[in-house]
Amino acid sequence: MPDARVNVPAEVARGKPFEVRILIRHPMETGYRTDESGKPIPRNVLATFTCRYNGETVLVARLGPGIAANPYLRFFVTARESGQLTFEWVDEAGVRGDERVAVTVV
Amino acid sequence: MLHALAVVVACCAGSVAAQERVLPLSALRSGITFAGADVRAMQSDDIANPGMLWVERGETLWNAPAGATGMSCSSCHGTASGSMRGVATRYPAYDSTAGAMQDLEARIDDCRTHRQQASPLPRESDDLLSLTTYVAHQSRGLPLGVSIDGPARAAFERGRAFFARRHGQMNVACTQCHDQNWGKRLLAEPISQGHGTAFPAYRLEWQALGSLQRRLRACPFAIRADMPPSGASELTDLELYLAWRAQGLPIETPGVRR
Repeated sequence: MPDARVNVPAEVARGKPFEVRILIRHPMETGYRTDESGKPIPRNVLATFTCRYNGETVLVARLGPGIAANPYLRFFVTARESGQLTFEWVDEAGVRGDERVAVTVV
Repeated sequence: MLHALAVVVACCAGSVAAQERVLPLSALRSGITFAGADVRAMQSDDIANPGMLWVERGETLWNAPAGATGMSCSSCHGTASGSMRGVATRYPAYDSTAGAMQDLEARIDDCRTHRQQASPLPRESDDLLSLTTYVAHQSRGLPLGVSIDGPARAAFERGRAFFARRHGQMNVACTQCHDQNWGKRLLAEPISQGHGTAFPAYRLEWQALGSLQRRLRACPFAIRADMPPSGASELTDLELYLAWRAQGLPIETPGVRR
């Protein structure tokens, strides 16, 4: 069940970088763990994370098995006009998740 | 002489409660004060705190119809921020209908099976954890204050005895670490006073959120003792003793721990 929590400022200044924070629910299975019966749990981590602003790609991240469960990403984006930030991610099992948030430039 | 007598009388009046406490109320310290700056920062920031994912999911479940009645938690209890504020501070509590002590998980599941007529939620299932976290979160910042009177008294005494008794191959009691040696280190880890105020809490070791009972089961494992199964009455008794022992400490749910 893909879900996430996103945080951006209520209003951002034109041309000034603002902070974007996102927490994504994902187990980030390394492939090195076993279940209670000793069977290996297959590796499944987030493969890619993409952030777009009004359709334009602003960040692409490739995550690996060294990143803890429920990854928390924090980065900066600069906006010239109000619009929509969209986030998309896909894990190695092919499960996709997405989230969107409106940004108001003042 | 009169002054001395007054002191004696004052001591006697306070003695029933005071003598029972190994850790005086003024010495209580939440587990978060033993954690490093990184863990403290993670807990205090609701966006970085992964436990908030469970709070959010709990809110969805709170409003979702379940069971044969097609009712949701909110059908009876309305908005949780009002109706559930302070509820978690009083648990575990004795339930006269069930005729037993119930922790918050058991209470929620009781409501679910008997009122909503839905299938029970297993302990440590994501749904039960989410609902419990959501309900306990409504009491964040409020001090614990369980009742140990009446029918709860026997459970309290059992919990207290469990805490004081030596367990397992290592032959140690809870009290030896958490009353007598808190603040020192066990290998790399600081020993806390063993309060459950953060729970359900996100534990970095688990890479997930878990219940207080899950945490309590981890200690017997570490000292090579028999682990009571999840939902066992020994664990509920222990939860009650711990809640009384931590009386006045604020609830932190969802806390973050190592």
